[in-house]
Amino acid sequence: MSEKTMEEKVEQATNSKNVSLPMSRVRLIMKSSPDVSCINQDALFLTTKATELFVQHLALSSYKNGSGKETNTLSYSDLANAAEETETFQFLTDILPKKILARDYLKSLEEMKKDDDSL
Amino acid sequence: MAERPEDLNLPNAVITRIIKEALPDGVNVSKEARRAISQAASVFVLYATSCANNFAMKAKRKTLNAGDVMSAMEEMEFERFLQPLREALEAYKKGQKGKKEASEQKRKDKEKKSSSTDENDKSRDEEEDEHMDDEQ
Repeated sequence: MSEKTMEEKVEQATNSKNVSLPMSRVRLIMKSSPDVSCINQDALFLTTKATELFVQHLALSSYKNGSGKETNTLSYSDLANAAEETETFQFLTDILPKKILARDYLKSLEEMKKDDDSL
Repeated sequence: MAERPEDLNLPNAVITRIIKEALPDGVNVSKEARRAISQAASVFVLYATSCANNFAMKAKRKTLNAGDVMSAMEEMEFERFLQPLREALEAYKKGQKGKKEASEQKRKDKEKKSSSTDENDKSRDEEEDEHMDDEQ
């Protein structure tokens, strides 16, 4: 194998970005998980890449499923709806709760209190 | 350097770029939605890590490997990711190998220049499992 071919190979590898997200940051998040001791380099790469795929998937699914098409905007409620309606996004329901109007919430509190009083 | 909560978030600029590239041209993304997706991504990493770690522990291994991550994706019902992940991993490994071979070559050339010893007889297949040492 001539030297030139080797240099070309390296050029290709360093120029074509495999991932956009910083693997060092992903590693930091992974290490914060309890019981995790060592992470193999390939595993770190795959997790980083998978996270990118996930972001794309979440954004696109939420947009397609939501009312954003009319307004041409992806909004928070599109995401919250996707979390509730799509099975694979169920793990996100805690961090993407649906929003309700304050007055509706206060109303439901009132009703709960009435139920308690009548007991 | 203390670990602050912000450090467990992924860089906004990169997240925004990935979102924009996934959506059709001209679609806007609210600031709130962007922040939410970024947080969702962090949660995804944690969930995937925990899942992958279960597979590693079942196999009585302390090191999380590529297979564990793939199994985790299946478990999480993200089979759609499996094929693109396999392809990306192959490209990544080739790139890593290329880099290693290139730096090996550079080193050999340097040594060649400094001394007249002929080192071309050294075999190159020691790099097989070397990538395992890189983790910290």
